[in-house]
Amino acid sequence: MSPSSGGLQRNFFASLPGIVFVGAVIGVLASFLQYFGNPANMGVCVACMERDIAGAIGLHRAAVVQYLRPEIIAFVLGSFAAALFSREFKSRGGAAPMTRFILGMAAMIGALVFLGCPWRAILRLAGGDGNALLGIAGLVAGVGVGTLFFKQGYSLGRSTRQSIATGLMLPLIMLGLLGLRLLYPPVAGADQSGVLFYSAKGPGAAYAPLLISLGAGLLIGYLAQRSRFCTMGAIRDTLLFRHTHLLTGVLALLVVAFGANLLLGQFKPGFEGQPIAHTQGLWNFAGMLVAGLAFALAGGCPGRQLFMAGEGDSDAGVFVLGMFAGAAVAHNFGLASGPAGIGPHGIAAVAVSLAVCLYIGFANRQRMA
Amino acid sequence: MVTIIDARGLSCPQPVLLTMSRIKELSSGELDVLVDNEASRENVIRAASSQGWRVLKSEAQGEDFIVSIKK
Repeated sequence: MSPSSGGLQRNFFASLPGIVFVGAVIGVLASFLQYFGNPANMGVCVACMERDIAGAIGLHRAAVVQYLRPEIIAFVLGSFAAALFSREFKSRGGAAPMTRFILGMAAMIGALVFLGCPWRAILRLAGGDGNALLGIAGLVAGVGVGTLFFKQGYSLGRSTRQSIATGLMLPLIMLGLLGLRLLYPPVAGADQSGVLFYSAKGPGAAYAPLLISLGAGLLIGYLAQRSRFCTMGAIRDTLLFRHTHLLTGVLALLVVAFGANLLLGQFKPGFEGQPIAHTQGLWNFAGMLVAGLAFALAGGCPGRQLFMAGEGDSDAGVFVLGMFAGAAVAHNFGLASGPAGIGPHGIAAVAVSLAVCLYIGFANRQRMA
Repeated sequence: MVTIIDARGLSCPQPVLLTMSRIKELSSGELDVLVDNEASRENVIRAASSQGWRVLKSEAQGEDFIVSIKK
């Protein structure tokens, strides 16, 4: 081990070629998931897929977005496997879990005003959706506001060691969901199978075959845990430290997804009529501003929160549960957008969520040392 | 004299922020950064190296890690 690298080469995926490789793999898998049946420009979207799971277990009854997405389950289990193999599974938590739950809700509400998480924003752009540019601009702005709080000493405090049982909670929840999906598979034309709800039409009715979704998800989960892939972190580190390590991986995702979409005939440039998207630029920006700020304050993009939960971080697990609750609230109370535009209470949702995030940012400025 | 930074239990980006803040205060010296997970260990190493600091050692200490850097 060379002294200057300090052993980084012990983990190839933490190196520059490693993060580029991981970004490229996510990009190509996302594009192929769309090719095999997932909704357009939604090969991988943590927010949309968690929203669909919330619908599948009846937390909301928006009939077009109910499907128990195997990818989310596999992200956590893939990350869990990677953490076990690399001996990085460590049960920890207790750093402001309630605040993280609220941040998860705010993040989901903002993401559903835009209609996508940071991964989907990139995939929408790679598919030719120009509206994604405003979403990405909002995300950068939101993360930028978050970095200002960090410069002022923002911290949710220190996590502590927890029992192994606590760290296993989210992986076990995901195993339970997988059990439900296997026990109650979709039935052609039916909107319910056992205790699960299934969309008969709309984005929720579009999905890749189970084994392909699980396989792709497990691989992404494994690689993302090893590489610490994080879209929010990519922006934050660039703004805060001028460190572009993670950003390089995100750019690889964009470039490879763009190339794969071209090859598969999935690139359709424009603003109007883009799949599962609306053209209200201000709210595309504002929705992702809120989401970006919430991700920054919680310490990771929604994908990263799943991967951290898989390696035993129960605070990240609480953020994930907050996102499920946020999806339920967003659809039960008309906050979420649709292709026609923002929901009837979307503007209020953005305003309240932004106020909540700013309150959390201001209220948690403290000395870290 | 070695300065110790205890970043255990802190989530991203706080271990790096603490390290960078101390690096900016010192033109030279030796720092021991304590972290409790691999991701923070890697981030601290990357940040220190980008500032021209040399990583003397990076090893497990019980369930934590100690990253020693010097300039």
